[in-house]
Amino acid sequence: MPSPPPRKQAAGRSGWHGPERLGTARYSSVQLGTARHGMASIPAGLFAVYKPPGVSWCRVRDAVRARLLRELNEAPEPPPRQRIRFLPAAPGAGGEPGLVPTWVPVLAEHPLVRGPRFTQLKVGAGDRLDVKASGVFVLGVGHGNKLLTDRYHCHLTKVYTVGGLFGKVTEDFSDTGKLVEKATFDHITREKLERILAVIQGTNHKALLLHSNIDMKTQEAYELAVNGLIRPMGKSPPIITAIRCLQFALPEFQLEIYCVHETQQYLRKIVHEIGLELKSCAVCTQVRRIRDGVFTLDDALLRTQWNLQSIRNAISDCQLKVREELEKTLGHQDKSVPKMAHNNVAAR
Amino acid sequence: MALWARPAARCCCWLQRARLAALQRLRSSSEAVQARQGAAPLALLASRRGFLPWGWQAYRHVAVENCSQAASAQDGSSSSPESSLLPVKQEQAKPETVPDLNTEILCEDWDDVPPSSALEEISEEEAVQILADPPLPLQSSTLRDYVDHSETLTKLVQLGVDLSQVEKRQKAGQLLLTLDFEKDIKKILLFLKDVGVEDSQLGLFLTKNPYILGEDLEALETRVAYLKSKKFGNAEIAQMVSRAPYLLLFSVERLDNRLGFFKNELGLSVKKTKDLVIRLPRLLTGKLEPVKENLQVCQIEFGFQRNEIQQIAYKTPKILTASRKRLRQTFDYLHNIMGIPHHMLTRFPQVFNAKLLRIKERHKFLIFLGRAQYDPAKPSYISLDQLVSLPDEVFCTEIAKASIQDFEKFLKTI
Repeated sequence: MPSPPPRKQAAGRSGWHGPERLGTARYSSVQLGTARHGMASIPAGLFAVYKPPGVSWCRVRDAVRARLLRELNEAPEPPPRQRIRFLPAAPGAGGEPGLVPTWVPVLAEHPLVRGPRFTQLKVGAGDRLDVKASGVFVLGVGHGNKLLTDRYHCHLTKVYTVGGLFGKVTEDFSDTGKLVEKATFDHITREKLERILAVIQGTNHKALLLHSNIDMKTQEAYELAVNGLIRPMGKSPPIITAIRCLQFALPEFQLEIYCVHETQQYLRKIVHEIGLELKSCAVCTQVRRIRDGVFTLDDALLRTQWNLQSIRNAISDCQLKVREELEKTLGHQDKSVPKMAHNNVAAR
Repeated sequence: MALWARPAARCCCWLQRARLAALQRLRSSSEAVQARQGAAPLALLASRRGFLPWGWQAYRHVAVENCSQAASAQDGSSSSPESSLLPVKQEQAKPETVPDLNTEILCEDWDDVPPSSALEEISEEEAVQILADPPLPLQSSTLRDYVDHSETLTKLVQLGVDLSQVEKRQKAGQLLLTLDFEKDIKKILLFLKDVGVEDSQLGLFLTKNPYILGEDLEALETRVAYLKSKKFGNAEIAQMVSRAPYLLLFSVERLDNRLGFFKNELGLSVKKTKDLVIRLPRLLTGKLEPVKENLQVCQIEFGFQRNEIQQIAYKTPKILTASRKRLRQTFDYLHNIMGIPHHMLTRFPQVFNAKLLRIKERHKFLIFLGRAQYDPAKPSYISLDQLVSLPDEVFCTEIAKASIQDFEKFLKTI
């Protein structure tokens, strides 16, 4: 034999692998998720990116996916598999005519023939941000997509900073929309603004208790409150759990809003309504998410950091935090179920 | 109309009579008028047979033209991939692949030798000829099934052609399988080397344009000769061909048209036009409609003067093929938000090639630092070129005079 067999496995199967075999052996992401020796493996877990304003979340997700795929495909490939073919002996060699077993590389698995190794990658998005909003945006990759579903069922609190500008009304409540109305704002003071904010917080607190479906006079409610877990665990309208003023310099102001089940447009509408309550009007200049569950601004990756290594690091950094958070919320919720199971076992 | 339906034999009689009448008509028009007025049926006939032969001729002409068009379309299927072709399934031509495969030899042998019984002894040479491999699939959606058995495909892979890309192109897979490396491909490769495409680029070139392998060598040579007659140097032709692989598939007339288009549309001199297409040969092979539209956008929507457009297009030809939406957004931001006048944009047209997000981020950072000053007449002037072209680290330290960490922190506040 002209060359030694590079892999034991190949020596066992001699000859031709049927075309059906090659045709069906599509390289799905699941199959390659297991790390083989010397090859890139798909990261799995949750991480956060910083979504810039003016870009839709789909494009952010697609950009991350494209970069991950490119880097995964750039990783070094194992040498091509070889197989035995019985080729006619060279006439000049002088040996007796016949077939000579020869090691030949399988060209059908050559990267240029087979195409890129990874063609698709599951990248899922957590709570979305609309086009004008910016901030922490959670993405899941590979098996991390399952955690995204769990996170969804946790109904986590998100924190936003919202910028506002008094004296204008636009059609879509943001500063880039079509101007509808103008108003004066000199009479507004910080005290007046904070009074309105307190009213908003109060009404929302009532709504929170209503939608959390818990009897306030029970031990369970007490325990939940101690853990800070009183929040609606089903569908509910947007609820603001806390709101405060960060900056106030007429005509601009900045608020910090803690909320669940919100949309970014709802927050803009809140700014508009604050303006109306203050006998003026206001538009929203910025909606920026600074926290989504456990992911904070510091965890979020900037556009320049969307590469395989940074994402791997970010996933491993946040893994523990995410698990704790999920256990804390879901574990409490499911407490009744394991109890039942225990009872059954005891009965038997 | 009933006349048309009558048998051809009758037509012939009329033709003869008509010729007489036509002669009369030729003699003097007044006579002809008289004849028409006097003998109405005859005049009618005269006009008919005057008309009839012409009609036949025209019909025949059209028919011939149709045929030739069809023929040229068939020829052109390999030469111009952009032309819309009938969608023929790739599988249909796959059986033709058999010629360069080993199984073919086997089949021929079986044909020659009269069917022998299974017990008959065969000689050693014959035994060697028999291959035990299962036959190749007659149709397949991928070239992977054939690559291990086709000399041509193997050589192409060794050359660096990405077959996984090629097989996605319409009819390209069939084309490669029907070609023979020694006979068909070698001469094209040698020709490309003569033109000046580098060895390492050949694989990429053929990946982008596999259709050139099915092209007639003489046609390719005439096109190169045309480029040479237009005073393009050898090195320039090499650069153009390797950057725009489809260039050599364009007929001489089309190339001439396109060169003329850029010269007229932009109003550049011959030398500048040449320079333009050497720097961005993609212009010659791409569609012209977007170029026209982009020029309109620049002139009408952006309000650039004609000479300004000339300068911009000459400095950054890429703008001619850029997406209109992106151009609009970038211009809107630069002009309306950053307040940069037209003459500055004409001086630094490369800002249009930059990413809008990058411009936005850096502009906002400079505003935050109080350094956003794009007027060359005032101190601490920042040129647009510096704004977009420098990498982040250099931009932070030299232009913004801040650390990269500060920049990153700032980016998380917008």
